[in-house]
Amino acid sequence: MTPPPAQRWCPALAPALMLRHDAVRGTDLLVLPERVVVLEGHGGVVVSLCDGTRTVPGIVGELSERFPGAPVAATVPAFLDSLRQEGWLT
Amino acid sequence: MTTRVNPASVAAPAPPWALLAELTHACPLHCPYCSNPLELTRRSTELGTDEWTDVLRQAGELGVVHTHLSGGEPLLRPDLERIVAAAEAAGIYTQLVTSGTGLDEARLAALTGAGLRSVQLSVQHAGPEANDRIAGRPASFAAKERAAALVRRAGIPLGLNVVLHRDNLDAVDAVIDLGLAWGADRIELANAQFYGWGLLNRAALLPTRDQLARARETVERRREEVAGRIDLVWVVPDYFDGVAKPCMGGWGAVSLTVAPDGTVLPCPAAASLPDLDPPNVRDHRLAWIWERSPAFDRFRGTDWMTGPCRGCPRQEEDFGGCRCQAFALTGDAARTDPACALSPDHHLVRNPADGDRTDPPPYVYRRPGAVPATNP
Repeated sequence: MTPPPAQRWCPALAPALMLRHDAVRGTDLLVLPERVVVLEGHGGVVVSLCDGTRTVPGIVGELSERFPGAPVAATVPAFLDSLRQEGWLT
Repeated sequence: MTTRVNPASVAAPAPPWALLAELTHACPLHCPYCSNPLELTRRSTELGTDEWTDVLRQAGELGVVHTHLSGGEPLLRPDLERIVAAAEAAGIYTQLVTSGTGLDEARLAALTGAGLRSVQLSVQHAGPEANDRIAGRPASFAAKERAAALVRRAGIPLGLNVVLHRDNLDAVDAVIDLGLAWGADRIELANAQFYGWGLLNRAALLPTRDQLARARETVERRREEVAGRIDLVWVVPDYFDGVAKPCMGGWGAVSLTVAPDGTVLPCPAAASLPDLDPPNVRDHRLAWIWERSPAFDRFRGTDWMTGPCRGCPRQEEDFGGCRCQAFALTGDAARTDPACALSPDHHLVRNPADGDRTDPPPYVYRRPGAVPATNP
């Protein structure tokens, strides 16, 4: 059976974007041509898994192992979808 | 006995996010509103490759995450690829700000290979003839068209930067069409600012209120149509709205400019302030310049404010407006920006904005020696 499209999507960072850790401010950033987005909490960890090879369920699975007890399944798909709507993930 | 210290005066300011690198003031274009100072820096005094590499390394350590590699025309620097690589090595996102002249496939490949992330291309008008007349250079439009196609093919983001004024505001619709045709991701429609070259050419560049109203309507109408394809940015015409712009997001708050000779400024126009005594990377570390130099502290925060800015509820929104405009129009950089309707000097922008401009003078094109040098 073919999984629904949302489960086949392998998010990848849009080519315009740079994900980087900001050691000066102690946070993760998404840097765009004209703006900088501060990724709060573990947002940077989530985005770092968006390399175009992992599906969303795959990302959720990895994060669940790394952060036992965190509400990963409830929050991460919506977070990734919001980044896609901004055009930051493809 | 105790000494009381105000923590705000002791704590280091928040680190800068962005650095505007004016790599050279040399430029094949001669736009009459150029943001470079009237006294252009000579090529012989420009920072070398190693100096820019060191500046970018220091900038990364200081917290800069974004740099606009600009000019003049940065492609005139034969070491641009090495400067891009230095920014990349420092973790800094690079955007090339160019006229498009001098960009070919090999050069762009070398730049993207060095880490270049995006390109902002200046456009003077949607029509080739008008574009070339405003830029003061033949065949400039054709070079831009080629450059846009190259950037598109390279797959990196393309922004168009269009300074708006009397001679192109009526073409905003066509400019947006051009952006669609060229595959731009973003169009910055920046109403001309009037200091430096822009102030020198103010009588030629100032639009009418009717022109502005029509252009504004056009942008609003088309914003929805192009949503999701092009990000349309409208930079407000501060002479007409009665509201001062939040210049640079505040003095020494968000970004710094390094001029071709290493002079460091809170904004590219601040070279015009006569008693600023701006620091230079050849004499000081960038961290000292940002955190400790008197020039960067001069108009930081709100303590320096005078007149209606004092106690104004908007003082944290517009930061008193533009210091360079206040100086250019009133002779005092600490006064409220005359663009603000609350300024006692507001007539200095309102009168020219509403004045009769049926017979505009010709442009004074930006080029070295176009205006006599002033003695210090």
